[in-house]
Amino acid sequence: MTTDTSTLPATADDTATDHAQRDLLRLATAGSVDDGKSTLIGRLLYDTKSVLADQLAAVEAATAARGGGAVDLALLTDGLRSEREQGITIDVAYRYFSTARRAFVLADTPGHVQYTRNMVTGASTAELAIVLVDARKGVLEQTRRHATITALLGVPHVVLAVNKMDLVDFDETTFRTIADDFAQYAAAIGLTDVQAVPLSALDGDNVVDRSARTPWYDGPTLLDHLESVPVDRDAHTEAFRFPVQVVIRPRTPEHPDYRGYAGRIASGVVRVGDEVTVLPSGKASTITGIDTFDGPLDEAHAPQSVTLRLADDVDVARGDVLVPSGSTVTVGQDLEGTVCWLAERRSVLGARVLVRIGTRTVRALLREVNARLDVDTQTVEVWDGVDTLHAVDATDTSSDVAPRALTLNAIGRVKVRLAEPVVLDDYAEHRRTGGFLLVDPADGTTLAAGLVGPTLLDRLTPTPPPGAHDDDWLAGAGI
Amino acid sequence: MTTVTTPARTGLTQLDALESEAIHVMREVAGEFERPVLLFSGGKDSIVMLHLARKAFWPAPVPFTLMHVDTGHNFPEVIDYRDATVDELGLRLVVASVQDAIDDGRVVERPDGSRNPLQTVPLLDGITTHRFDAVFGGGRRDEEKARAKERMFSLRDEFGQWDPRRQRPELWDLYNGRHKPGEHVRVFPLSNWTELDVWRYIEREEIVLPSIYYSHEREVFARDGMWLAPGEWGGPRAGETLETRVVRYRTVGDMSCTGAVESTATTVADVIAEVAASRLTERGATRADDRASEAAMEDRKREGYF
Repeated sequence: MTTDTSTLPATADDTATDHAQRDLLRLATAGSVDDGKSTLIGRLLYDTKSVLADQLAAVEAATAARGGGAVDLALLTDGLRSEREQGITIDVAYRYFSTARRAFVLADTPGHVQYTRNMVTGASTAELAIVLVDARKGVLEQTRRHATITALLGVPHVVLAVNKMDLVDFDETTFRTIADDFAQYAAAIGLTDVQAVPLSALDGDNVVDRSARTPWYDGPTLLDHLESVPVDRDAHTEAFRFPVQVVIRPRTPEHPDYRGYAGRIASGVVRVGDEVTVLPSGKASTITGIDTFDGPLDEAHAPQSVTLRLADDVDVARGDVLVPSGSTVTVGQDLEGTVCWLAERRSVLGARVLVRIGTRTVRALLREVNARLDVDTQTVEVWDGVDTLHAVDATDTSSDVAPRALTLNAIGRVKVRLAEPVVLDDYAEHRRTGGFLLVDPADGTTLAAGLVGPTLLDRLTPTPPPGAHDDDWLAGAGI
Repeated sequence: MTTVTTPARTGLTQLDALESEAIHVMREVAGEFERPVLLFSGGKDSIVMLHLARKAFWPAPVPFTLMHVDTGHNFPEVIDYRDATVDELGLRLVVASVQDAIDDGRVVERPDGSRNPLQTVPLLDGITTHRFDAVFGGGRRDEEKARAKERMFSLRDEFGQWDPRRQRPELWDLYNGRHKPGEHVRVFPLSNWTELDVWRYIEREEIVLPSIYYSHEREVFARDGMWLAPGEWGGPRAGETLETRVVRYRTVGDMSCTGAVESTATTVADVIAEVAASRLTERGATRADDRASEAAMEDRKREGYF
């Protein structure tokens, strides 16, 4: 009632028309405060009218308290007290803005080297990543780091935001040089969809509104591009995967014999009449119903949450995965993949861990760490495979093996032996089912996030990994 | 809605995507926890949560107990709504009472009469007494800066405290709900919703809300830039005068610190138009407790608040 709204832009265009049809894009930003990332996000929020008067007033007050000057849009995104005190971003923060065409969930991840884990977290659900560079500095080590993580996590779309164009007089050659430089690197690491945009977050050029100062640029503004990239495209072309979350058995007078399997379709499409196989058991059945509270469906697709009924009284429980019968799906107990280490305590070879994959949690042994990716130099250091049957004490720093541990933010290649078979979809092909967590069974700490199968790390490995191991080593080990 | 086929578009609409995500989260809790509870205040966010829980487990009944943290300063319309809902759906309701906590001496009434900050103790006591291990809250990341960094699954220690540095990274849709005995996990299925999304979903799903969310005449008085309703909690004070205004509530909380906004919005569509054009966040407009300091919410969250 009392806040002055005179500094605000015109009324929000977020009116009732067509909102029912708009979709949702999840995106992540990577970059540091120096690149103007917070200012860019502040600009997106501000120019899409997603900043309200009291939020703006709080930022004005905070700006004044720190000595004044122009309102610092970056302050809109500073969350926790310690972050404001230190002037840095510590954790992934989520921001929301929308236009008439699309709603956006933005994972704002810090760009400091020690926060790789946050970038990995933000990128895991993102369909688009904005990589920021300062036009005066061009592609730096940290740009390559951000691009590397984006490629590792399989984010389908990338925007190279060449910021601070105002400080290079909106020079076309500067922009082209940076864009070409990045395109070359992006191609090398397998990023195929890259859109470079010249912009000034501070002044708003090419963020939401087209800039008159870049007549030589005929591409989209940042927001135009965000509004037009396809969403969830891959989820429909991928094979059907349905990790079962809970079994619905009402046992009520109205539904005495109902039995359905509730879950969210991870990928693909399912129709009534489809033949499916329950993994890992391998039992086959037919879909007889796709149920929702709002009524039955003939067909459903990712990422819908539904309840499936089967023709046969097969044994299905939480953790099982329904897949199309007749398709080739890997089920196994030997998981090889790439992990990003997320915990303060480092990896210990031979450690008993839990693996969370899909809706299943299984006991496991961290059998081997055999390579490490340096995200700054994009080089892979190959380590001799250590046979964890002769378990070494990796906490012993005098040991030759200790340096082979993965520490916080490290990315490495691992082999994990699972206590029971699970579906092992390659992450490169199945982004929604090929991810897993390593969890400490003692206190539940999430130790690492992993990607099943070959990844960018393998692509960047100069020589083949050390010779294939005999996978019978564990026979009789009795885990 | 009746039987629908796949739309021509490739993805889900925004509301369908948010609904699917929230249902997924609720089913994860049902699959991973022994004793989940859903915080139900009779406010719109908790009503939407309950609606989503019905959808998630249909045709089975909602498998969660409800808990209401009752400040004793309630809007009667909201309590009526709460009780009718519990009866209709055949649910179990636990009431954690601030008044009881005051009577027991577990908490002390504040000089300003506000009981919102006093809810933390009965909330935590209720969680401990009933050994709840997962607690659904209607918190949204768009509400406030400290909430923007909240996880879907938020680990709390045995004192109910939130430590931002101890929160687990959340990747893909793999939520890690493991906890030690005595710890619990707060779960926020509406994390990615905005106020406008909640209202549009209420419209689409034709969800009935307590009447105070819509425009009505009410005797109110002005304090701290908000319209407060008189009540046993202690308003109006000398110098504050009652007047009749046409108002509605954007949030439902303790009467002492929940302000009404002047509004003629009598339908959901009216409210959506109003919210879309609003210049203030709902907390900024109507919650005195969040105005206390730049880090007010962060401090209360650390202590175990919702």
